Amino acid sequence: MRRKLYEIAGRVLLYGCAAITGSLLLFLIGYILYRGLGGISWQFLSTAESVIHGTVGILPAIQNTVFVIVVSLLVSIPLGVGAAVYLTEYARNRRFVAAIEFASETLAGIPSIIYALVGVIVFCTALQLQKTLLSGALTLVIMILPTIIRSTQESLKTVPQSYREGALGLGSGKWHMIRTVVLPSSVDGIVTGCILAVGRVVGESAVLMYTAGMSTAMQNFSLDRIAGASGATLTVALYHYAKENADFAVAFSIATILLILTVVLNFSASFLGRKLKRS
Amino acid sequence: MQILFTLCGLVAVGFVLLITVYLVLSGIPAIRQIGLFPFLFGKTWSASQDEYGILPLILTSIYGTAGAIVIGVPIGFFTAVFLAKAAPKRLAALLRPAVSLLAGIPSVVYGLVGMCVLVPALRNWLHLPAGDSLLAAILVLAVMILPSIISLSETALEAVPREYEEASLALGATELETYFRVSAPAAKSGIAAAVVLGIGRAIGEAMAIMMVAGNVANMPALTRSVRFLTTGISIELNYSQDGSLQRQALFSIGLVLFLFIMLINGFLNLVLKREREE
Repeated sequence: MRRKLYEIAGRVLLYGCAAITGSLLLFLIGYILYRGLGGISWQFLSTAESVIHGTVGILPAIQNTVFVIVVSLLVSIPLGVGAAVYLTEYARNRRFVAAIEFASETLAGIPSIIYALVGVIVFCTALQLQKTLLSGALTLVIMILPTIIRSTQESLKTVPQSYREGALGLGSGKWHMIRTVVLPSSVDGIVTGCILAVGRVVGESAVLMYTAGMSTAMQNFSLDRIAGASGATLTVALYHYAKENADFAVAFSIATILLILTVVLNFSASFLGRKLKRS
Repeated sequence: MQILFTLCGLVAVGFVLLITVYLVLSGIPAIRQIGLFPFLFGKTWSASQDEYGILPLILTSIYGTAGAIVIGVPIGFFTAVFLAKAAPKRLAALLRPAVSLLAGIPSVVYGLVGMCVLVPALRNWLHLPAGDSLLAAILVLAVMILPSIISLSETALEAVPREYEEASLALGATELETYFRVSAPAAKSGIAAAVVLGIGRAIGEAMAIMMVAGNVANMPALTRSVRFLTTGISIELNYSQDGSLQRQALFSIGLVLFLFIMLINGFLNLVLKREREE
């Protein structure tokens, strides 16, 4: 009898909790789409907010997001891939490797509000970049570096040792071997890492709010002004509309777009990850 | 070439040093001016009265995290057991991407839904003047830590050797008894790591909480408007003047939060290390 009760209670718990998790997601998606989908139009995506016409558009936020993604990836890919190559191919000193791995694990565990503080102190104030998209992007570089290092390292480790030995045996130098054999066969992992990193950048708000500003106006991205551009990315714009303007329709429309982006990024990352596993 | 790659590796270490050094350097002046004891254990935080005591923020962060863990861990754990052991394959294949999607949703989106659904609901159910409260923050945090708890526990449960379970089943235990009494204890350090990671997530979250917790620096109570360590920084960072005591006190909060996180990370590493040794 007791065993039977145990069995029933256990099943109820397992299925119940899984149902809670599943229905939470369904509710979130359903509610966001329900309140946000209606507000999305071509005009919403392709113009800036205009007081004269009384319309809202998020083109500036989209541009700012793209800018931040591009700049932070441009800086962090070479750094992260370089560090991973060093760790897996060159490093001889065990202590030093442990130090770097500890450092990148620590970086991964630091909450974004701390990065925001550091960004404000280091990039905005000490380096006098002010509150610009550039300081935001550079702060994010520190944040996404561990992601890129780790996934590159994982895929470098899957390259069979025989490839390396073959290349070296044929008389190739170490750098030539890395460039022509190791890196090309681990490109999937690097791309997966970049997608995960883009996901973090798209979802990040605390850092950008304090280092990149909250303006929802159009920015001037011409070459001589680019260092001074400052404004809200999608997430920050969402916060701005929800909390400061109490304009929830717009906030939910932005949330819908963020949701779609998350789905796309998630699927492409897991698709590539599966491909990586197969090869 | 090797020098170049070494430099890249050094940059990662350099960043951690940079963060630590800057946080300590900019966190200390305010603490020295206010005094360590009044800063850590002062009960009022009020910039207008020039009083900076962060006890309410520390307690709120601890209570909020504990609450999120109490709600999130059981749900996450049972979902993980379901996914790893009990679920029909098709259902698991549907639920797994759902969990990773939950992990990927930006925190402001959680905040927004919390603000528009949870806060009004709490106000109506509990007849509060305002729904922005510690309770709302706890519920949002519980949802937000769910994915990391599920995926880490699931990985740990799947790593349990099949023979353990087969032995238990062969001795006449039912499947459920096997999951709870054999698989879960065997995966306990992985599950512990999942909980610690969840604690780290919860204590570090800022944006979502800022949208639902009300942000008044009260002593914590479930239905009261509260301010966490993270939101203590974020709410005033844009308005405080550069170089003022208020701004410096924010950096000191950052330092306290950083120490909390390092403590939790150290603990996590310890747990993971023990798991590797087993």
